[in-house]
Amino acid sequence: MLIDERGMNSEHDMLSPELSSEALAKIDLEVAKYPVDQKQSAVMAALVIAQDEKGWLPKETIAVVAGYLGMAPMAVYEVASFYNMYDLQPVGKYKLTVCTNLPCALSGGVHAADYVKQKLGIDFNETTPDGKFTLKEGECMGACGDAPVMLVNNKRMCSFMLPEQIDKLLAECN
Amino acid sequence: MVEIEIDGKTLQVADGSTLIEAAHQLGAYIPHFCYHKKLSLAANCRMCLVQIEKVPKPMPACATIVTNGMKVFTHSEMAIKAQRAVMEFLLINHPLDCPICDQGGECRLQDLAVGYAESASKYGEEKRVVPDKNLGPLVSTDMSRCINCARCVRFTAEIAGMMELGQSFRGERVEIMPFNGKTVDSELSGNLIDLCPVGALTSKPFRFSARSWELSRRKSVSPHDGLGSNLIVQTRRDKVMRVLPLENEDINECWLSDKERFSYQGLNSQDDNGRLTKPMVKQGGEWKEVDWNVALDYAAHALRDVAKTHGGAAIGGLLSPHATLEEMYLAQKLMRGLGSENIDFRLRQSDFSADGHRHGTPWLGMKIADIGKLDRLLVVGSFLRKDHPLIAQRLRQSAKRGAQVCVLHSADDDLLINLEARAIAVPSQLPAMLAQVVKAVAELKGVATDAALTTVGAGLVDVNAAKKIAASLVSGGNVAILLGNFAQQHRQAATLNALAQQLAGLLGGRFGFLGEAANSVGGYVAKAVPGAVNGNAGLNAVAMLKDPRQAYVVLGAEPELDCADGAQALAALGKAAAVVVLSPFKSQAMLDYAAVLLPVSPFSETSGTFVNTEGRVQSFHAATKPLGETRPAWKVLRVLGNLLDVAGFEFNTSEDVRAEALGGMPEFVSGLDNGVAGVAPNLTASANGLERVADVPIHFADPLVRRAPALQQTRDSAAPTARMNAATLAKLGLVAGERVKVGAGGTAILTAELDAGLPDGAVRIAAAHADTFALGAMSTVLTVEKV
Amino acid sequence: MALIDTINPLLTTGWSKGDAGWSLKDYEARGGYAQLKRILANKMSSDDIIAEVKKSGLRGRGGAGFPTGLKWSFMPKAAPEKYVVCNTDEGEPGTFKDRDLLRYDPHSVIEGMIIAGYAVGAARGYNYIHGEIFEIYRRFEAALDEARAAGYLGQRILGSDFSFDLFAHHGWGAYVCGEETGLLESIEGKKGQPRFKPPFPANFGLYGKPTTINNTETFAAIPFILGMGGDAYLNLGKPNNGGTKLFSVSGHVNRPGNYEVPMGTPFAKLLEMAGGMRGGRQLKAVIPGGSSAPVLPAEVMMECTMDYESIAKAGSMLGSGAVIVMDETVCMVKALERLSYFYYEESCGQCTPCREGSGWLYRVVHRIEHGEGRAEDLDLLNRVTDNMMGKTICALADAAAFPVRGFIKNFRSEFEYHIEHRKCLVDPEVQRMGSGFFKAGAA
Ligand SMILES: Cc1cc2nc3c(=O)[nH]c(=O)nc-3n(C[C@H](O)[C@H](O)[C@H](O)COP(=O)(O)O)c2cc1C
Ligand code: SF4
Ligand code: SF4
Ligand code: FES
Ligand code: FES
Repeated sequence: MLIDERGMNSEHDMLSPELSSEALAKIDLEVAKYPVDQKQSAVMAALVIAQDEKGWLPKETIAVVAGYLGMAPMAVYEVASFYNMYDLQPVGKYKLTVCTNLPCALSGGVHAADYVKQKLGIDFNETTPDGKFTLKEGECMGACGDAPVMLVNNKRMCSFMLPEQIDKLLAECN
Repeated sequence: MVEIEIDGKTLQVADGSTLIEAAHQLGAYIPHFCYHKKLSLAANCRMCLVQIEKVPKPMPACATIVTNGMKVFTHSEMAIKAQRAVMEFLLINHPLDCPICDQGGECRLQDLAVGYAESASKYGEEKRVVPDKNLGPLVSTDMSRCINCARCVRFTAEIAGMMELGQSFRGERVEIMPFNGKTVDSELSGNLIDLCPVGALTSKPFRFSARSWELSRRKSVSPHDGLGSNLIVQTRRDKVMRVLPLENEDINECWLSDKERFSYQGLNSQDDNGRLTKPMVKQGGEWKEVDWNVALDYAAHALRDVAKTHGGAAIGGLLSPHATLEEMYLAQKLMRGLGSENIDFRLRQSDFSADGHRHGTPWLGMKIADIGKLDRLLVVGSFLRKDHPLIAQRLRQSAKRGAQVCVLHSADDDLLINLEARAIAVPSQLPAMLAQVVKAVAELKGVATDAALTTVGAGLVDVNAAKKIAASLVSGGNVAILLGNFAQQHRQAATLNALAQQLAGLLGGRFGFLGEAANSVGGYVAKAVPGAVNGNAGLNAVAMLKDPRQAYVVLGAEPELDCADGAQALAALGKAAAVVVLSPFKSQAMLDYAAVLLPVSPFSETSGTFVNTEGRVQSFHAATKPLGETRPAWKVLRVLGNLLDVAGFEFNTSEDVRAEALGGMPEFVSGLDNGVAGVAPNLTASANGLERVADVPIHFADPLVRRAPALQQTRDSAAPTARMNAATLAKLGLVAGERVKVGAGGTAILTAELDAGLPDGAVRIAAAHADTFALGAMSTVLTVEKV
Repeated sequence: MALIDTINPLLTTGWSKGDAGWSLKDYEARGGYAQLKRILANKMSSDDIIAEVKKSGLRGRGGAGFPTGLKWSFMPKAAPEKYVVCNTDEGEPGTFKDRDLLRYDPHSVIEGMIIAGYAVGAARGYNYIHGEIFEIYRRFEAALDEARAAGYLGQRILGSDFSFDLFAHHGWGAYVCGEETGLLESIEGKKGQPRFKPPFPANFGLYGKPTTINNTETFAAIPFILGMGGDAYLNLGKPNNGGTKLFSVSGHVNRPGNYEVPMGTPFAKLLEMAGGMRGGRQLKAVIPGGSSAPVLPAEVMMECTMDYESIAKAGSMLGSGAVIVMDETVCMVKALERLSYFYYEESCGQCTPCREGSGWLYRVVHRIEHGEGRAEDLDLLNRVTDNMMGKTICALADAAAFPVRGFIKNFRSEFEYHIEHRKCLVDPEVQRMGSGFFKAGAA
């Protein structure tokens, strides 16, 4: 599970807004955590599952999630646009999020971001032309003691990202 | 009750009240934006901050619950400082170009800024720009003006029942928007305009047409559905520029449906199908504009001739149920003076077998405000959301408070109400379904029922659904059965009436009719029904068309669109020797069948009275002068009465007419009673074949709204289609989207559409529309085949 | 990175094996779940448990420092449906203790939550875990599976009458969900926009039902308090500042990391434990309680002890216990600019003063940092913060205002220099060097 959960179901039709039966089964597990009349509580998890499958969250897929959970599509869109790890635009195969908040910045956070920028030739909120990397600036990830820290595809946290570690990570991403 | 002090004044307020309500009780104004008494609390604008003794921070008055002994200061230094602070924050990103804003002059922010803002803000940064949205033909946006009070979002979710707007993103980037570029399609969307405290959401039809201070305001009453919403009609130079709600908690609360708000555009319609402004007569097949006295003479002669030659019974009178009480009263008097008892306003009704068996005037059976007190409801045969948008809204709130709402109908449209149970059956089976409910309730109550009911063909109907409804109804303490327009237009309306009466009796509850039109009760009161004066004589609206008359008087209606069988109506009128039309509008059909056209005032140009569905008498004055040579219909009828030497036409004012019609000026009319006696339920399902389910689309229901251009562009005004469920489509070998030829009385070519909410064997085709009137009866069997 | 150093370790006793010591058998070997067993076996009354927690002087570790026992006692007894919620939405810049608690000792939090459920009469709990630490969320779920399999969670726990189940809910990138009512909204599947209070969660919490919500570290302390007794726990710290506390030390120290020390430990001692100042440079300023706490100058901080009162007296807050250490290479304007950006970015946007004010603050500080400051800007900043504070639904607006006021108050001349000279007082090269890659942590 090192790098990527995305595109987890390669059989699945990526162009259709619908979710695979595997994804729906995962959503069902999340729904089961909440009282029966509170399906909506699973929306955050469901959107993550959908994002993992699609790579990002097209509005049509948001509507599918809404239908599945019996919510108004607008209510789901509010959620998807509120939490900043949901991607409402397509992102590269690897989304790197570097924390530059003050505690990290005191220990090389900004340097790490600059190093990645220079290595990939992109700025924050940009994607490499080959569609492989998207770079994001992150807020505190609750790991300031491990600065510099960065997230790969939202779910994997990398600590102490000195240049050698960054080189290694980028090499791992293919 | 608790005692509190606001700005040194002591008062008693109810437990659980908020400070803003308490201040309101005192007549003190606390500035606010997000608070709205009908919406959930947001407490986000922070404009209402006040000081409370012993509390270190200013507190929002809208969200703070009173406690005994609380001392509140709305103008203390702390309060004022807080209010100023909030006002400054609101203004830093708000465009300060009020002179070009459409809300200018009626903007909460502008008003309060005068009182609370420090002169010039210190904000030296760039202002935020928010992209505008296309919300459809009614609501215009200027999103950079939005102060994010979220009233609009709460309105769509809580009052309109569907979250069509949301507040996306977060922080400074929050943005009010619909999902994925959709328009706001709610039939209540216009209320957003009133709710938005700034110029972010404004009226598209009104946009930039006038400044609020140029307008005069007149109170009026909505001429559309039976609710009788109270209106403020705003005019400039004798033109209606805009219609707003006049708050009346007992009727429309603070809301209006879009139909009520935007139909005024029809008052100003000028095209070939628009306002009729000059009297006209047809001579030798040619239409001529003539003077009033010529036209009136012509009309009087025509009617007198027919009466003389063929007898009064050769004349029929078709009155719009949207006509005023005074107009209907004079019209029936005129008809009777001519010796005709053929008069009716119940134009879309098809079953009149209850006539002569009624205990009184059919009505809602309760006060409108009492709907909210019901804990169990059964709505029978109603396209409730579109036929009675604000009553649907009341039921929506009731359901949220725990009332159980059940539906028995032939279409399962989403009412945006949390329903307890529903039974959907083809029209011919509705009576049997309702009988099943009666039977199930009787069983649950351990009471014997009418022998007729025990034989109801159980196999035909969904007994479980009926039982579920029955279980809900018997579990309540305050129950009512409401019969909608569809039930009233049903071929077995009398049976449904009798069954509802039985059911209410078993339950110890009430039953009533959701009045279709502004004067659905008033028409009875005005005696505009056959037999109202002379026993059983006279032909009803269907009979006088089925058995064509020599002459007709048509008041305010377009029979081809407003009658139960438009094709039949058109045929009968076309054959008549003389058709005298009193109408605010003209149409090609009218020019074809009429002999004389008398331009009469719509509701905005005459005084008059509507008796709403709860029997409330609501009179109004003209908001503007009559357009062109238009004259109030009651005056035209008075002159006709005089010309025809009918006795008792000495009225000086419309108030005189009303006084005679009502025998005074009661707040509510008397004689309201839904009971019928001696109507045996007829439970033999008779339809053979595909059954038509005819709805009257919200914006086609009457001549005025049909002429309101912005409403005609809404999704609700889409051209009629032939809707069927998947099974019916499959059975007919059809695919949704295909063109089909529908045959009944006549034929129509329509597009087949999938509607999962219909029962098997039903084809839903809207009535009251030029595309479909040729099909004939609203309630009929039909054939559908691929073209 | 596991724990670096402690005095009287309690919460961190299980951390010594690092990632190898989190499982149920390790926890049980350390005496884990003994308190739950004892409570159930003895059918201890909920009042007794709450009394013990009150005695311990435990104050909430999420930032506000509210007495935990008292909070629990607010829960209505009769209500049929109640919840216990754990706040692991650790997003306050500088704070990283809750992550390590769940990483190295998740069962202590689980046991604490079960006991809390027992004490307040709840049958269900949720732990809301910061979206960015998804691996930790997974670990917590694995620990829940273990606990469920062992009968510590579920119906009739360990054969008793008490049933309780616990689930993990993850965030997905919103600091404001750390605010307890924003968090509840978020569990309910909505935007994390905080609710107006009152009503407080104890009366109207998750799904509108009475809810006790505490920080991760607060729950983790519960089994230890019941094990050693409230009095003994209290005596570890200072009166009204019971027990030990985890301090997340970040910034310019040689050994950033979590340190568990008794409440009341001198800051100087904590700094020494953290390896002292990086590169032997001079201490300039410390934010003692997470980014929302006002910054304190070195000389003031060096006099403080690490407890609620001492830090408050010095003009700041102990907050979540995140100690951000800054040395002489830091430009105070730039440091504030980054923090102000954070609050601007994270405001939920519902209240006018926060939505509008957080952006205003950031823009003005940004201007000053970029050499476009105006003479009146400092007064303006103070006025804007004044207009924001105490006027909003949640404390995020205050959290955005405090740093601005603290930085200006304690480092005004540096801001004035910046405005006047249109550049940093600290040479940019020095700044860059001072905040450069730092190898020590990698070891
Ligand atoms: C903006 C904001 C962010 C907060 N973030 C957190 C957080 O990340 N973790 C936390 O435990 N409490 C946080 N809190 C405090 C919580 O609202 C709440 O007081 C706390 O979870 C209660 O637990 P405690 O009594 O155990 O401290 C935050 C408060 C605010 C206003
Ligand atoms: S559009 Fe109007 S009603 Fe809606 S949030 Fe903005 S200001 Fe409020
Ligand atoms: S203070 Fe800020 S974060 Fe808190 S509720 Fe208000 S806008 Fe949201
Ligand atoms: S500041 Fe980067 S993880 Fe906390
Ligand atoms: S009116 Fe009270 S906060 Fe908006």
